[in-house]
Amino acid sequence: MANLKTKIGSLELKNPVMTASGTFGYGSEYADFMDISRLGAIIVKGTTLKRREGNPYPRMAETPSGMLNAVGLQNKGVDYFVDHIYPDIKDIGTNIIVNVSGSSIEDYVQTASVINTLDCIPAIELNISCPNVKQGGMAFGVKAESAASVISAVRKAYDKTLIVKLSPNVTDITEIARAAEDSGADSVSLINTMLGMAIDAERRRPVLSTVTGGMSGPAVKPVALRMVWQVAKAVKIPVIGLGGICCATDAVEFLLAGASAIQIGTANFIDPSVSEKVIDGIEEYLDRHGFKDVSEIIGALEI
Amino acid sequence: MKKYQLDLPVADNRMISGNATLLTLTHAEPLPDMAAGQFAELLVPSAKVLLRRPVSIHSINRQNNTVEFLIQIVGGGTKALAELEKGDTVNVVLPLGNGFSYRTVHVAKPLLIGGGVGVAPLLFLGQELAGNGIRPTFLFGGRSESFLLRLDEFRKYGDVFRTTEDGSAGEKGFVTNHSLLLDSDSFDRIYACGPTPMLKAVAKWAKEHETACEVSLEHKMACGIGACLCCVEDTADQGNVCVCKDGPVFPIERLKWQI
Repeated sequence: MANLKTKIGSLELKNPVMTASGTFGYGSEYADFMDISRLGAIIVKGTTLKRREGNPYPRMAETPSGMLNAVGLQNKGVDYFVDHIYPDIKDIGTNIIVNVSGSSIEDYVQTASVINTLDCIPAIELNISCPNVKQGGMAFGVKAESAASVISAVRKAYDKTLIVKLSPNVTDITEIARAAEDSGADSVSLINTMLGMAIDAERRRPVLSTVTGGMSGPAVKPVALRMVWQVAKAVKIPVIGLGGICCATDAVEFLLAGASAIQIGTANFIDPSVSEKVIDGIEEYLDRHGFKDVSEIIGALEI
Repeated sequence: MKKYQLDLPVADNRMISGNATLLTLTHAEPLPDMAAGQFAELLVPSAKVLLRRPVSIHSINRQNNTVEFLIQIVGGGTKALAELEKGDTVNVVLPLGNGFSYRTVHVAKPLLIGGGVGVAPLLFLGQELAGNGIRPTFLFGGRSESFLLRLDEFRKYGDVFRTTEDGSAGEKGFVTNHSLLLDSDSFDRIYACGPTPMLKAVAKWAKEHETACEVSLEHKMACGIGACLCCVEDTADQGNVCVCKDGPVFPIERLKWQI
């Protein structure tokens, strides 16, 4: 039985499989279907300083091998998280990572400072890549300078593992990844959703209330894989890969491309126990190929 | 209520109108507890379709250990479900959502209003109410007679009244025009499911006549378990909530409908 343990900075994971923010609720939603404590980490829903109602319905459109969403960071705010959600999930048996978003640098810093006080949250994922909010979100993540300014500010206020989630909606993602590394990020996760759009031809109207939305699912996997491969070569900090991962083979591909861990997102909607199957499948792959440790396949792509 | 992900064999699947199929699934073990108004997410047996399809639980037969789904064919996903054959297996996540309030609220004279394929959860509700010794009244509306489905099944549990827009069956017009509603004291609670304009008309009538009313909403959804926050409805008390988890059934006073 191969060793599946991996590390993101100082954060130890029992295996490289995490669930992506916004696709796994706070974990408990999936507890009837699988043993959620088996996960390497659960990244909980994007959390902002103040409560956000999110965007109006409709927020979702199915596309060939994918989907668009325009949720818009609906959440009850960080104080509600601390008072009402954290007590219920802190002893869940695996790492709980909070995805942090905001409309201004000050928002990000304040939210990260609050999360910093929670003993059972070992890391945050800084979301500078949400395409569905008017202010902040992706605006910070598409330019190296603005990414650097928000990451540096949060770094000063947050002393545990800082993961920065990157947007694919950029000309050169390695430039943003290097800016994140230089600004003190311990890791980068990529990719967030790709900006897309759906039109209802019969009604001559956009399907989503926000016109555009973030695309995810198997359709984006080749793009995600390419970006993970490029970023893993460009930075020294560990890379977390996500984008369309639906099975263990997909996960192994990201590890081979250079990811130290992976996240499962949209696939959770199709199979609520998929993440457990991916953990077992990675182990089976390692055993079948005679690897003793998952680290042996990270970045092991032969070209 | 505990949720399950099960592989259920197809016992039967047959078209019961031009665009609706009745899918019957069975299970080797006793089916889990489910409430009327809850739904299931069915994995679509087609590589062209990614997301599951949410479908109301239409009826349950505890003797045969079968569960029925009445599915309107609206696109590629539901078409693929309609093509399932006996012997195939469907991966199902159920039971999802809250269901109608009959398990917690006292009801004596319920009126169950359905439009089109929106009658689907009302058969299960009729079965459950009948099991509690209550005989419900059903009022169904459709464009024409061929849109009124499974009437003989419903008649096993209560009286069935009909409206059609073209007058081909029952009274001509919409459900809210039916003479049954002339006496507003006949019913102490309305349970409704169907197209949104119909639900709004029913809600308006219920509000004006101070009759308790619950409506089952159908929103596009992905996860079905309250994780993705795609299927939201704006509520008076909690803002945006998930139709899949906090619904699909809502008492009308929670909704911010302009009625």
